[in-house]
Amino acid sequence: MAEKITGAEAMMRALEHEGVETLFGYPGGAIMPTYDALYDHKKTLNHVLVRHEQGAVHAAQGYARVSGKVGCAIVTSGPGATNTVTGVADAMMDSTPMVVICGQVGVAMLGTDAFQEVDVVGVTQPISKWSYQIRRAEDVAWAVSRAFYIAKSGRPGPVVLDFAKNAQTGMVEYEPASVGFIRSYNPYPEIKKAAVVEAAKMINDSVKPFALLGQGVELGGASDEVKELLEKAQIPFGTTFLGLSDMPSDHPLNMGILGMHGNLGPNVMTNQCDLLIAIGMRFDDRVTGNLATYAKQAKVIHFDIDASEFNKNVKIDLAIHGDCKASIPAVTELVSEAKHDAWIASFKPYAEKEYNKVINKAINPTKGPLLMGEVVRKVSEAANNEAIMVTDVGQNQLFACRYFKFTKPRSVVTSGGIGTMGFGLPAAIGATFGAPDRTVCVFCGDGGFQMTIQELGTIMEQGAPVKIILLNNNFLGNVRQWQEMFFHRRYSFTPMDNPDYELIAKGYRIPVKTVVERADLDAAIKEMLATPGPFLLQCAIKEEDNVLPMTPPGANVDEMLLE
Amino acid sequence: MEQDNGNKLYTFLIYSENIAGLLSQISAVFTRRQVNIETLNVCASSTPGVHKYTVTAFCDEEMAKMLTKQMEKKIDVLKANYFTDDQIFINETCLFKLSTPVMLENPQVCSIVRLYGARIVEVNPTYATVEKTGMTGDILSLFNALNVIGCVLQFVRSGRIAITKSKIEHLDEYLAEREKSRQEME
Ligand SMILES: Cc1ncc(C[n+]2csc(CCOP(=O)(O)OP(=O)(O)O)c2C)c(N)n1
Repeated sequence: MAEKITGAEAMMRALEHEGVETLFGYPGGAIMPTYDALYDHKKTLNHVLVRHEQGAVHAAQGYARVSGKVGCAIVTSGPGATNTVTGVADAMMDSTPMVVICGQVGVAMLGTDAFQEVDVVGVTQPISKWSYQIRRAEDVAWAVSRAFYIAKSGRPGPVVLDFAKNAQTGMVEYEPASVGFIRSYNPYPEIKKAAVVEAAKMINDSVKPFALLGQGVELGGASDEVKELLEKAQIPFGTTFLGLSDMPSDHPLNMGILGMHGNLGPNVMTNQCDLLIAIGMRFDDRVTGNLATYAKQAKVIHFDIDASEFNKNVKIDLAIHGDCKASIPAVTELVSEAKHDAWIASFKPYAEKEYNKVINKAINPTKGPLLMGEVVRKVSEAANNEAIMVTDVGQNQLFACRYFKFTKPRSVVTSGGIGTMGFGLPAAIGATFGAPDRTVCVFCGDGGFQMTIQELGTIMEQGAPVKIILLNNNFLGNVRQWQEMFFHRRYSFTPMDNPDYELIAKGYRIPVKTVVERADLDAAIKEMLATPGPFLLQCAIKEEDNVLPMTPPGANVDEMLLE
Repeated sequence: MEQDNGNKLYTFLIYSENIAGLLSQISAVFTRRQVNIETLNVCASSTPGVHKYTVTAFCDEEMAKMLTKQMEKKIDVLKANYFTDDQIFINETCLFKLSTPVMLENPQVCSIVRLYGARIVEVNPTYATVEKTGMTGDILSLFNALNVIGCVLQFVRSGRIAITKSKIEHLDEYLAEREKSRQEME
C-alpha cells in the first residue's frame, strides 16, 4: 500500500511527475495548504513570487510560448482566481498551453458565499480549454495529468484547476497518473489521404499560390516541414503576428506580415493569388479585413488541427484536418518542384513602394524626435536578430512586430487575439525563465507598462534579465491614432501625464537610461544589452506618430493606407 | 419548419460524457452565436455513462454545422450532429391542468380532448389532468382550442425528443473507433 499523503503534497508530486520546473504564483488563504507543501519542494519546483496574479498568468504564458512547455500558475481563491481571468482568456485566444491552479473553499462551504468563494469554474469555463474543480484528494493525480494532457495536446490552451481546500488537506494514497487518452477528445485526428492528394493537385495546378502561416506552424513544431514544402514548390508566404518566427524574416519567400498593420505586398496579393494555402492560422478579422471581398478570386486550402476553424470566417475549398507536422510532409511528397519567378517578382514593386513611403522613414529618420520603428530595428540588430521579442499592446506592439527581425523559432511573445495591455512585462519575465540562454527584449508603451508595472518587483527579486524598452510617447498612442484618423482628432482621454520612470526604476534597483537624442541611441542599446540582469531603456518617442500602412477597420484587405 | 428569413428548425443531437457543467458549455455555444434555443431535453442515453442532449433551434445550415463543430470542441462532448425533421422521428409531450367547474359548464371540452387524441389522467371536483403526446403543431392547436374556453389552469410542453431514422449508429461507430485507438495506444 502506498503511503498516505495530503492532497496538497499529491499536487506537488503530480506537478513534478508532469515535469514542471517553474511555477508563477501568489499565496492566500484557500491555497495555503498547497503553499505549505510547496515549501518542501523548493529544490525541484522553482516558485516565482509575482506581485499580482495577472502577472503570474502572463508570466506562465511567456514561459510557455518560448519553451514549448506548459506554463503553470498557482493562486488563491476568490480575487486571486479572478485576477487570472484575463490571462486565461488571452491564452485561450492565442492557443497557449497553461495550467492555472487556484485555491477554493472547502466543498462543505461551496455555494454559501463563503469568504473568498467565487464560482471559478463557472467564470472560466467559456474562456478555457478545460476547467475542473478538484473536490477530493483522490482526484488530484488524475486531474493534474488530464489538465496537462489537455493543455498541451492538439490545439493547446489554458486549463483551470479549482482546488478545494478539503481536497488539499485530505489524505490520499498517491499513485502518479498518466492520462494520454480521453475518449471524447481526439487531439491528433487521422489525416485523410484523399485530402492530401487533392491539396497537392491544387498546389501543382496553381500558377499564383500564396501561403499564410500562423502560430500553428510553430505550435506544431513544423517550421522545417513547412519550409520544405514552400521551397520545393516555390510558394511565397506571409505570416500573422503570432507566426512571425515560423520562418526567418529574411527568407527569400517571406513576403512579410498579413493584416491591418502588415505589409502592403502580402495584403494586396491575397486578392490576386489563385490559391491561398492557410497553415495553422484562423483568418482573424485583423488579418482579413472585409470578408465579402477577401480572396474571392482564389481557391483556399486550410490546414488546421482545430476543425471548428474551417469555414468559420472564410469559405474554404479544402480542409486538411490534423497536425501540420504530419500533413504538410505528406503533401510535400506529392507536390512537384516548381518555379513561380514572375509571380514572386510581382510582390517586389509593393515592397519597394512601402519601403519608400513608410519603412525608410520609420527606421532611418535623420531629424525630429525618436521613432518607435528605428528603436525596434536597432535593438533587434544589436541583438543579432536572435533575441526573443516580447511586446505589450498598442503602437509599440505594431512597430515591434513590423521592425523586429527573427532568425530563431519561438521568438515572438505578443498578445494577439485579445490584445491585453499589461501583458508585456510579466510575459517577458516568464520568457527569461522559459529560455534562460536567450536575450529577452520587451517593448512597452507608457500606458501598458503601468498596467503591470508592479512586476518590476518580481524582476528585482529574481534578477530576471528582462531588457525593457519603454517607448514613451505620453499618449495612449494606438487609441490616439484612431482618434486622429477616424474621430476628427478628438483626443478623448488619451494624453497622459507620466511619472518619472527613472525614479521608479531606481526604486526597484533596476539600471535605467533615458534616450532623447538620436545620437545617444546606439550606445544606450549597447549598454542595455551588455548589462547583466534587467535594464530599463526609456526612449522619448515622437508624440503623435502613426503606425502605417493601415487597412482601416472593415476595409478590403488590399486597400491599405500608406499615409 | 422554416422561418421568413430562411432559417430552418434544426434538431441537434449531442452526446457527452456524464461530467458536471456540460449543459452550460453546450448552451453557451448557442448563445455566443446568437442562436436561440427553442427546446432542450437532457437525459441518460442508451449507452451507459453517456448523456444525450436534444436541442432545437432555428438557423441556417452553415450555422448548424459551425455549432456542432464548436460543441464537439468541448473536451467531454463525444459527438454532435444536426438533423432536419425528415431525418428523425420526433415527439413531444404536454400536460394540462383544466378547471373541472369550467369543463362541466362547457361539455365541448371533452370532445376536443378526444378529438386531439389526448388522455384524461385524473379528474377531481377541482381540476382534471390531461396529457398528450405528438408534434408541436398538434399540441399548440389543442392548447389554443382549450384556452379560448378559459378552462386551462396550467399548461406545460416538453422539449422535443428525437431518434434518427438512419441505419447507422454514429455514436456507436465513434465509440468503437475511439476504443480501437485506445487499444492501439496501449
Ligand atoms: C487592458 C486593455 N485596455 C484597453 C485597451 C485598449 N487599447 C489598445 S492600445 C491602447 C493604447 C496603448 O497605449 P500605450 O500603452 O501608451 O502604447 P502605445 O500605443 O502608445 O504604444 C489602448 C488603451 C487594451 N488593448 N487593453
